[in-house]
Amino acid sequence: MSRIAPSDVARVAGLARLALSDDEIAAMTRDLEQILDHVAALDALDTQGIPPTAHGFELDTPLRPDRAATPLDPELAVANAPARAGTAFLVPKVLEEEG
Amino acid sequence: MGAAESLLAGGLSEQREGLDRGDVDAVALVRASLARIDALAPLTAVVARRDEAALAEAGAAATRIAEGRPRSALDGIPVLLKDNIVQAGEPATCASRILEGYVSPFDATVTERLREAGAVIVGRTNMDEFAMGSSTERTVYGEAHNPWDATRACGGSSGGSAAAVAAGLVPLALGSDTGGSIRQPASFCGVVGLKPTYGRVSRWGLVAFASSLDQIGPFGRRVADCAVALEVIGGHDARDSTSLPQAMPRLRDALDGNVEGLRIGLPREYFVTEGVDPGVLARVREAIAVLESAGARFVEVSLPHTAHTIATYYLVATAEASSNLARFDGVRYGRRAEQVADLADLYQRSRSEGFGPEVKRRILLGTYVLSAGYYDAYYGKAQRVRTLIRRDFDRAFDACDLILTPTTPETAFPLGAKSADPISMYLSDVYTVSANLAGLPGLSLPCGLSEGLPVGLQLLGRPLDEATILRVGDAFERRTQHHLARPPVAEGAR
Repeated sequence: MSRIAPSDVARVAGLARLALSDDEIAAMTRDLEQILDHVAALDALDTQGIPPTAHGFELDTPLRPDRAATPLDPELAVANAPARAGTAFLVPKVLEEEG
Repeated sequence: MGAAESLLAGGLSEQREGLDRGDVDAVALVRASLARIDALAPLTAVVARRDEAALAEAGAAATRIAEGRPRSALDGIPVLLKDNIVQAGEPATCASRILEGYVSPFDATVTERLREAGAVIVGRTNMDEFAMGSSTERTVYGEAHNPWDATRACGGSSGGSAAAVAAGLVPLALGSDTGGSIRQPASFCGVVGLKPTYGRVSRWGLVAFASSLDQIGPFGRRVADCAVALEVIGGHDARDSTSLPQAMPRLRDALDGNVEGLRIGLPREYFVTEGVDPGVLARVREAIAVLESAGARFVEVSLPHTAHTIATYYLVATAEASSNLARFDGVRYGRRAEQVADLADLYQRSRSEGFGPEVKRRILLGTYVLSAGYYDAYYGKAQRVRTLIRRDFDRAFDACDLILTPTTPETAFPLGAKSADPISMYLSDVYTVSANLAGLPGLSLPCGLSEGLPVGLQLLGRPLDEATILRVGDAFERRTQHHLARPPVAEGAR
């Protein structure tokens, strides 16, 4: 039984905001199938009651004094924008105009 | 060969002495480095240079040194940074099309610390796109070549930095290590590579791949060179909330050649004959004999979950990558697709045109394992197995002070040998990923050649105990000549 179908890959690509051709979906399905087969070995391990590790080193959340500071200059912050208006990032319209 | 070229051919300590004695000034040394980068351009180790700025900085360093007030052991020394570590006013591309044209508005913490120390950044090095790979073949700049044999891979993902140090372009370079990306290329290229304890070096300004695993570290010709570099780049940084508060110790004090009574663990699961090149095992066994005769004691330890490290790593790393790489959307920086229908189309097409196949593969896998219905079975499971892997090391370190293994199961593989098979590429990190999962410091150093190619010896330490692995690595160098072996390309270009 296959672990992942082309339709799953297409759905995940949508979630990841990737547009894939049918050929790419077929190739990725084969690759992901192979990788998921490999990681299936973890199923054999009993992890009941084992806490998850999320980080390389356990640290308490560090706190800093809440003091005003100068952030990145807005001109510099938008300097890499593919399209901008002043110090704002320009994107295609998401709302239709009324009327 | 001129005086500057001779000095460049040495490692960091030779260059330091040469600059301080006034044999050569920093401008001449940096000029020699730039010329050598040019002469060895076919390696594709270096993807961009900053000649003018570097020479100006070298001039300032030369003045300081001539006046007897060098800023640090790195003042006036040419260095290279991997293309995922940002420098204010310079591009940083992660070897990806999606960051084409990006110019960083700020310095990474490591960049800032190198500058304050007077180091001269001469350029950026090649890498696998977004640090996803073990061969430096998946890059917009074209595959990098191993200085020992141009038909072979230099390892990855920090392959350009490893090859640059091996070929004598610079004495020191920085890379990043998420699953072995410093240690594996160091091993393939016959240089020293150090992955510090997770949190030891600030990740501020390192383009994120897998945030719970990523760590910046140095490449050098000698263990001592990496100790000097870590002293400069390491230590707390408030801008990285995972940065450890502990002060950076003076690592050089640990390098006294004494290993008497140290207990070195040999993990039973790593010393198997299946899948390991006999030449690699032979060199590692010779290294064990050297350290034994120096007074170290060897004990067998067990890391029972070793067989599960690659699977765990690929679930954790891809999940984190899918989240981190969501920021590349064509809106604020980087590549934006043209003539898009709407905002959703802009995201999709910018990302699809910008990312290469391996990056897409990992984003898809990461998104899948985090998606509703699969999270517990894959990502949640991997995080629990990660705990088991960490506990294996905790238990092993009850019986020993550090662990010794081969860095990689084989020497540098031919270019193209693993490109078609993602799993076989992933398996080349089998000895290195566990240190990232457990947050441990790891050092790879040359321990001889097998059929003309370098073999790497890996030393893993307790968290925050870089000093012990550096001590043992340095003690090994003092008793052997392997670190002096130079690749043919280094001889040929002289």
